[in-house]
Amino acid sequence: MAAIKTDNLVKRFTEVTAVNGISFDIPEGEVFGLLGPNGAGKTTLISMLATLIEPTSGSAVVAGFDVRLQPLEVRKNIGIVFQEPSVDDLLTGRENLYLHSMLYGVPRPEIGPRTDKMLDLVNLADRADSLVKTYSGGMRRRLEIARGLIHEPKILFLDEPTLGLDPVSRQTIWGYIGRLKAAKKTTIILTTHYMEEADNLADRIGIIYQGRIIEMDTPANLKKKVGRDLVFIKGAVNAQAVRGLSFVKSVELEEGRFRISISDSGRNLQALLNSAGAIEEVEVRPVTLDDVFMKFAGHQIKNDVENNGIFQRIVSAKATRK
Amino acid sequence: MRANSPGPPLNLKIAMFNFNAIYALLLREAKIFFREKERIISILVSPLLFLFVMGRGMVSGTSPVAGFTYQQFIFPGILAMVILFTSITYGLYIIWDKRLDFLKEVLAAPISRSTLFIGKSLGGMLGAIIETFILLIIGAFFILPLDIVKVALCLLAAFPVSYMIVNLGLTIGAKMKSMEGFGLVMSFLTWPLFFFSGALFDLAAAAPYIKLISLLDPVTYAVDIMRIIMLGRGVFSAWTDLGAIAGFCLATTYIGVTSFGKLQQEK
Repeated sequence: MAAIKTDNLVKRFTEVTAVNGISFDIPEGEVFGLLGPNGAGKTTLISMLATLIEPTSGSAVVAGFDVRLQPLEVRKNIGIVFQEPSVDDLLTGRENLYLHSMLYGVPRPEIGPRTDKMLDLVNLADRADSLVKTYSGGMRRRLEIARGLIHEPKILFLDEPTLGLDPVSRQTIWGYIGRLKAAKKTTIILTTHYMEEADNLADRIGIIYQGRIIEMDTPANLKKKVGRDLVFIKGAVNAQAVRGLSFVKSVELEEGRFRISISDSGRNLQALLNSAGAIEEVEVRPVTLDDVFMKFAGHQIKNDVENNGIFQRIVSAKATRK
Repeated sequence: MRANSPGPPLNLKIAMFNFNAIYALLLREAKIFFREKERIISILVSPLLFLFVMGRGMVSGTSPVAGFTYQQFIFPGILAMVILFTSITYGLYIIWDKRLDFLKEVLAAPISRSTLFIGKSLGGMLGAIIETFILLIIGAFFILPLDIVKVALCLLAAFPVSYMIVNLGLTIGAKMKSMEGFGLVMSFLTWPLFFFSGALFDLAAAAPYIKLISLLDPVTYAVDIMRIIMLGRGVFSAWTDLGAIAGFCLATTYIGVTSFGKLQQEK
């Protein structure tokens, strides 16, 4: 049975269509990454699946229940970790978990043991009885994850779980999500705009742009389509020879330098440079979300010129950075 | 959320009460109330100023009720004032909850909006009852000797009174977007409700337009019932007061639950 099944889901606000006809199936136990820029519709999509807002049209079945007809049943079976922390500052970590357990109908004798277990899982046992307002950003996020799991949901929604966290906290959170994934009990829907995060955690990635899913595949396949690294070379490059190399995905002339997409710079950079010819300057970087978007959404963006969409801002930001 | 969104699914708006959830919400409010001791004290400041500065200062003012001083006369009114201020402030605090995202957690929980609303109302009543009790004790010592029965009756009356006013505050709080409106509500609602209630003067002897407006003011009946309990004399009968308060309780429950049904995540 699919954990989540949506059919032509649409959410229209007065001035903008945030989600514009999304249909997908997410099997039980999958970690599904929703990747997209701010404003792409990720949070709106999740809000509809979590019954926080009502769809304009289309349908969604979450954990076997219709989001429109049985919102309370849907809610009992899902956990949500919000983009911005929603743990209660004025309560302690333990009290937050207690309140949540009561709201979600966890049987009372189980609340204590489960609380201890969850606090251990997210390494907050020693700070459990401090007020949340004394917690750091990373601790709040961890508490929020513990809270999202304490009622043992079938599906966990993580909306930008590592946004604004330092690299160490980010690694820690990835560790927890990895463990959850290994346990294979919980279906996880993760939104992010970090390619790396989606890459590390997701079984499958849906790229969302302007309310539509424009590409959906495993991280490995997506990368194969785009290439893993980009090499920028300034100089008299022999484009013909470079294109002939097996690991080269594409070669484009961009603002006076060649933009070469290759599958693995660690192994193939030397070979590339040998074939390239006279080189003045070289820059190597991994493929980023921007590049994935340019690949999959590039043609759409050209059509959206009059809309002054988010993407143009990204493109112009890229241009000014140089 | 941007304008014109239809809100959460219908089945959330009207549904059964969940008593475990109500208990949990009440517990949360109680813990927070007792942790913010400054709030307990600060909310008593203006009522105490009225009671001890105005009440004592107006020695030349004749008391409308024979056998009682002016200070004793306004004491029941000031008690109603404490309930009014505590309850409205509490209700408006839901704007903070909204701003600081705490509300998200309860809005996403598998509980109906009626459950959430009742949990919040009871939490607010708790604060109002405690403030009422503190003021009753102060008053019993310094202003008007009260026996245990009168204290108990006043506390009992404080339940429905605080309930209707908390509901009013929660309704306004649910509709308001920012804390900037707080001052407006205090100027245009709280103070008028207080002044027209007859807390500081005898309504029976007031100008006709004051009488007319006071009939629409729920606090009028709160002041009156307190006065009947403490001084043995009011403008209306006790049954009129209780009937009016019950009516306001029902009406504010309806508008409150409706406004909570429309409430949703800000982002």
